[in-house]
Amino acid sequence: MNSKRPVNLDLGKFHFPLPAITSILHRISGVIIFVGLAFLLYGLDLSLSGEDGFNQVSALLDSFLAKLIVWGILSALLYHLVAGIKHLIMDMGYGEELESGRLAAKATVVVSVILIVLAGVWIWGL
Amino acid sequence: MGTVNSVTNLGRSGVYDWLIQRVSAYVLALYTLFLLGFILFTDVTYESWAGLFSTTWFRIFSLMALVAIGAHAWVGLWTVTTDYIKAMAPRFLVQAGSGAVMFVYVVWGVEILWGL
Repeated sequence: MNSKRPVNLDLGKFHFPLPAITSILHRISGVIIFVGLAFLLYGLDLSLSGEDGFNQVSALLDSFLAKLIVWGILSALLYHLVAGIKHLIMDMGYGEELESGRLAAKATVVVSVILIVLAGVWIWGL
Repeated sequence: MGTVNSVTNLGRSGVYDWLIQRVSAYVLALYTLFLLGFILFTDVTYESWAGLFSTTWFRIFSLMALVAIGAHAWVGLWTVTTDYIKAMAPRFLVQAGSGAVMFVYVVWGVEILWGL
């Protein structure tokens, strides 16, 4: 056999670059928001139906499961928002090169993780 | 053009889809930030919450956001479904299902906003 042939085709050694991961997360978070919208509209409907409905939503938000669902939807929303703003900034011509693109992807992850943690603190601190 | 997919995307061309996605993104970002700001920085009671949703300008802003969600989700889900669901029948089925859910969301939202 010709020993100069490339042998490193071990797919387990390939990995997605960070911008690819932030891109797929943008898609996943979008789908989560699409599904989560049903919960949000239900809550909005109930909260505007009258004082009783508003208090019902308030009481509902005391339960662990509801907090978890709201935090999940909020996390997806915050990530989608941050990654979306990155897209809008890229539309203006920033972050389109390899290095700046990687930096923008890193910033997206860092900023959204901070916001998601803050959202969790806010939800469970209520 | 020339592919079967071009009849199911909202703007019928990539450029229009791109524009629809950007315009709706700006509306949704502003709406989200406003609503988060309202919840975070004001003392939300039933009176203030119902009061906000009873003003004409916020109902219009909300309706705008609702329509933007419909368009934004259609373009987004169309992109995702055409990328990952290769077989035509399941793809159309999922796209039709998504479109139906989007339609229900918009009608439901209008009902909530105007209390029909």
